[in-house]
Amino acid sequence: MTNGKNIIEVVTEHKPGVLFKVSNLLRRRNFNIETLTVGVIDRKTARIIITLNDDGEVREQVIKQLNNLVEVINIRELNPQNTVKRELALIKIKVEDRISRSDVIHCIEVFRGQVVDVSRKSLIAQITGTPDKINAFIELVKPYGVKEIARTGITALERDKKEGGTS
Amino acid sequence: MALSKVSSIVERINGAEALLKSLKKERVEVIFGIPGGATIPIYDVLYDFEGIRHILARHEQCAAHMADGYARASGKVGVCIATSGPGATNLVTGIATAYMDSSPLVAITGQVPTNMIGKDAFQETDIVGITASITKHSLQPRSPKEVPAAVKEAFYVASTWRPGPVLIDMPKDVQVNVEDVHFPGKVSLRGYKPDKLKINLNSVKEASTLLNKAEKPFILAGGGVIISNASKELLELSEHLNAPVATTLMGKGCFPENHPLSLGVIGMHGTYPANLLVSRSDVILAVGMRFSDRTVGNFEAFAPDSKIIHLDISEAEINKNIKVEVSVIADAKRGLKEICKQIKALNKPKQRKDWKELVSKFKEKGIFNFGKSKGKIYPPQLLKILRTILPKKAIAVTEVGQNQAWAALYFKIYHPRTFITSGGLGTMGFGFPAALGAKVAKPEVPVVDIAGDGSFLMTSQDLATSVTEEIPVIVIILDNRALGMVAQWQRLFYNRRYSHTYLNKVPDFVQYAKSFGAEGIQVESYEDFKQAIREGLSNEVTTVIDVPIPKEENVFPMVPPGKELEKLIMKVDET
Repeated sequence: MTNGKNIIEVVTEHKPGVLFKVSNLLRRRNFNIETLTVGVIDRKTARIIITLNDDGEVREQVIKQLNNLVEVINIRELNPQNTVKRELALIKIKVEDRISRSDVIHCIEVFRGQVVDVSRKSLIAQITGTPDKINAFIELVKPYGVKEIARTGITALERDKKEGGTS
Repeated sequence: MALSKVSSIVERINGAEALLKSLKKERVEVIFGIPGGATIPIYDVLYDFEGIRHILARHEQCAAHMADGYARASGKVGVCIATSGPGATNLVTGIATAYMDSSPLVAITGQVPTNMIGKDAFQETDIVGITASITKHSLQPRSPKEVPAAVKEAFYVASTWRPGPVLIDMPKDVQVNVEDVHFPGKVSLRGYKPDKLKINLNSVKEASTLLNKAEKPFILAGGGVIISNASKELLELSEHLNAPVATTLMGKGCFPENHPLSLGVIGMHGTYPANLLVSRSDVILAVGMRFSDRTVGNFEAFAPDSKIIHLDISEAEINKNIKVEVSVIADAKRGLKEICKQIKALNKPKQRKDWKELVSKFKEKGIFNFGKSKGKIYPPQLLKILRTILPKKAIAVTEVGQNQAWAALYFKIYHPRTFITSGGLGTMGFGFPAALGAKVAKPEVPVVDIAGDGSFLMTSQDLATSVTEEIPVIVIILDNRALGMVAQWQRLFYNRRYSHTYLNKVPDFVQYAKSFGAEGIQVESYEDFKQAIREGLSNEVTTVIDVPIPKEENVFPMVPPGKELEKLIMKVDET
């Protein structure tokens, strides 16, 4: 899945059509968006986190062009080494007998996840963490049978510099 | 701004009236448009509204080009208005043209009522969506009280920083409904603060040092110099450095072309000295330009031995097409002023004698290097004659194609905003309506459209507008009964396979013009032409001058697409 190589943080006006304009610019330069999350920060402001997998100079130029959008308040590329990345996944797993059910629940506990729904033949696990952690969990429970996956995509914040630290 | 005074005004009016009053507050004097079902409420207010002239176009594309021509000639925001659906989509070419050339345009469209949007209503198009990538900004007020702020925002965004078109989409119920409407005195946008743009003085210093040290400095000036009204600063710097100035097509007019340091236009249809000297320079100052492919030719081989300084207002232009040594992010006027100040502090003017000599040697060799023609009338010669007849401040507008390239190469321009052309989008049909718009902006100066028959026929129905609204311009059709530029490419690069580029000898342009009540004149010689221009200048209606030229005429010099500027073709060996 995604390795979230390039994380772009776009702080925008919270208005209809802004996401369209942002994604339209990325479309024009043929970017394949890996993940994109939008959340409202306050009544008037939203934060869009986009992850791409692109080394090219085109990306840098697109960032500058995105900055030209009237509704974009601030845009920057986050340094992946210095960024807290989190994703939430809901995973529906087959648990057809008691043994597999307790095994799966054990796995969820190890990953500090939660069981958010249980039915006779399946349960839904909620896992939060880095994309890698979620990928690892999915690999782990695959043998039991993964029925459906819903992932939010990455949201991220850059860490503040620690005093005297090298970050 | 006198905020407190203005902001206290609250009126109970409908959205249509709020729109027109807001336009008036932005000092709009004229709007270009065509009414339709979704703009009737606006037109109803306009019926007895005082202070705004409405010019009724015959096609919405022309309304947009007129507003654009008005904007380019005057420096003010041009306003056009169209109804929803097809009216709005007809504006699209005009909006894209303005976008590519950074022209301040406010396009107003009617829209179906808010409760019908998205339901495929009659004459509904998602014009905000359609124009997203060709507008600088767009707004769709959802109630009358949002209208004044939307207009204020639109004008602010359209006219500041790097100008461009802004769309205001007006749903019909928003026009009709009555509310308490308040007119804001100013606008503040969190993501758009052009006034806060700070010039980096370190980069100015770097640029100045580099230019000062240069043995062979070269200035490449674009449309940004005209937009920011920086011709004076450009002239001062160029003379101080003894640096020759080439302009892009969009920059034509920012530097007087009769100046000893002027090289004319650079690029695909650039002059011999401009195209050859650029790669002989050691430092290039590129100002208010964006290194378009038509300017640069081969991106990889552009002036390989020169260090490039790029001064532009938009950071997104830096290193987009050409990697540069130093960048200065500023409006051209401010940037040139600062660089000039720094250089003057560093040094007295340098003579740069060898460089100057080389410049004049190249200039002699070919700024107006007339070739031989097969016909009685050779366009470069014709344009030279035209220049001697027209006053220096006359406005020349071009269509797109050979006419445009000939005008760029052979029609000298002395003042900014007196050369208007669709440079970025290359919109055939732009010239005539843009000329009408320019004439509305500057009724006191003659306006000529240097046209081709193919382009002119795309928008010539607006002869009706020109006659009805009494906007007299002169159209000079370089009439080769062909889509001449495409034919030229077919001749040079496609083995003379003239696929669909030869037009029939219709219409008779003289009779065509006369049928609108305009004047039509056919010329067969330079003498006829002089006479026709003089008639045109004194006519009170638009004059269409049909100038037959040979089908096989080429525009030279020409740089083959994607080739280095050095590889310009001056002539072909006819077989």
